[in-house]
Amino acid sequence: MEPTVTHLETRPVDLGKPQHHKIEAHAHAVPFRTLLFTFVALMILTMLTVASHEVDFGSANIWVALVIAFVKASIVALYFMHLRWDSPFNSIILVTSLLFVTLFLGAAITDSSEYQRNYTLPTAGAPVQQ
Amino acid sequence: MSTVAAHSTHDNPGDDHGHGLPFLAHHYDTPEQQFASAKLGMWIFLGTEILMFGALFCAYAVYRHNHPEIFLFAAENYLSTFWGAVNTCILITSSFTMAWAVRLVQINKIQPAVICLIITFCGGIGFMCVKGIEYEHKWKDHVFPGASNKYSKVYTGDATEKFQAIEAHGEIGAMEDGAVDPHGTTAVANTAQEHAAEAHIAAIEPVVVRPHDYLDPNANTPDAAKIQPNFNQVVGLSEALKHGTHVPEYKDMGKLDQDRVATFFSIYFLLTGLHGIHVLVGMALIAWVTIKTVGGNFGTVYYTPVEIVGLYWHLVDLIWIFLFPLLYLIH
Repeated sequence: MEPTVTHLETRPVDLGKPQHHKIEAHAHAVPFRTLLFTFVALMILTMLTVASHEVDFGSANIWVALVIAFVKASIVALYFMHLRWDSPFNSIILVTSLLFVTLFLGAAITDSSEYQRNYTLPTAGAPVQQ
Repeated sequence: MSTVAAHSTHDNPGDDHGHGLPFLAHHYDTPEQQFASAKLGMWIFLGTEILMFGALFCAYAVYRHNHPEIFLFAAENYLSTFWGAVNTCILITSSFTMAWAVRLVQINKIQPAVICLIITFCGGIGFMCVKGIEYEHKWKDHVFPGASNKYSKVYTGDATEKFQAIEAHGEIGAMEDGAVDPHGTTAVANTAQEHAAEAHIAAIEPVVVRPHDYLDPNANTPDAAKIQPNFNQVVGLSEALKHGTHVPEYKDMGKLDQDRVATFFSIYFLLTGLHGIHVLVGMALIAWVTIKTVGGNFGTVYYTPVEIVGLYWHLVDLIWIFLFPLLYLIH
């Protein structure tokens, strides 16, 4: 039986709907409306980020900004970078690298908190404390 | 309508093993498998990019954790929220046009695809122009990386005389003819000249040179009561920000504060500079892909490089999405 790829579609196919189950030479093209809505959502979230800068949440300031940034990043990854329709292995790579960055930062900040307040200067002429 | 599909079925029939796809490498069974492999490889590379920027973000996190007042000062005086927001909007728009260009190539609309790619490229130009505007302010104030590198200060002051004396007299107790001492280091003075040199060096007051001395305004202060822990030291900047009194300009700050601000700007320039280099590389890739698209190399059948370059550009946007609030929106 001949493989289907020898018979290629030479005219554009309606790619408005995701065609996950047909084996053909062209893969899923993201519909324009999806791209447009993603763009609008990102702009709205950017305005939200700047607006939240005006409000003071106290120590939660950085977390509010980071949560909004994380939502924006997820939207870019899922829709612009096609992860929503891709093989999940690509998403695993992204999530794993983010996991390791979190581990890195977490350990570094925890370590900073442990030792930073303990440094004292030796008095002039005295041996350096170890 | 592009005739890419027609080209691919008629070129070099002897090379494609009869499947009519010259772009399909022989070790792949189907174009879908090749496309998925290309994407997977690109995602692994993007993973390494995330780890690389993660290291810089770690430097940011540690330094901000220890010196929040420096970040507050820099964000208010040097980092304009307006230009940061403009850059964010530019990059998001260029990401949108990049994803749109990929779609247009997929549905064989080559002309609009080229227009979208050119708009994406212009977005990169706009981003770098805004970056130049921002960097100019810092250049004028001499807060660029390296401006505060005065590591030679460690050897100034009381330590200089001793170091110079040691260097001037040469190695004491060296063996003749450059032979190696079988018993290890025996810096024993032999001649009268070496004895005199030893005595001279010993006469100079020993100075404990600590690595952070040049940062410490209390260095060499005999009065023990004035000495405070270096990192907890009350400095003008954090006090001024805490009590809302007048925040000095960079050139009017104490040396300790200036050095900390300089360290912040090292982190800032490394983060945004490396990101800017990635933007430039992305622009070069987009230019290459645009030229190849104009040449009719891509279409419904084969558009992998457009997709891959798109992934890279979206990663550049992703990194900026995190940079913007962390650097500019601090209060």
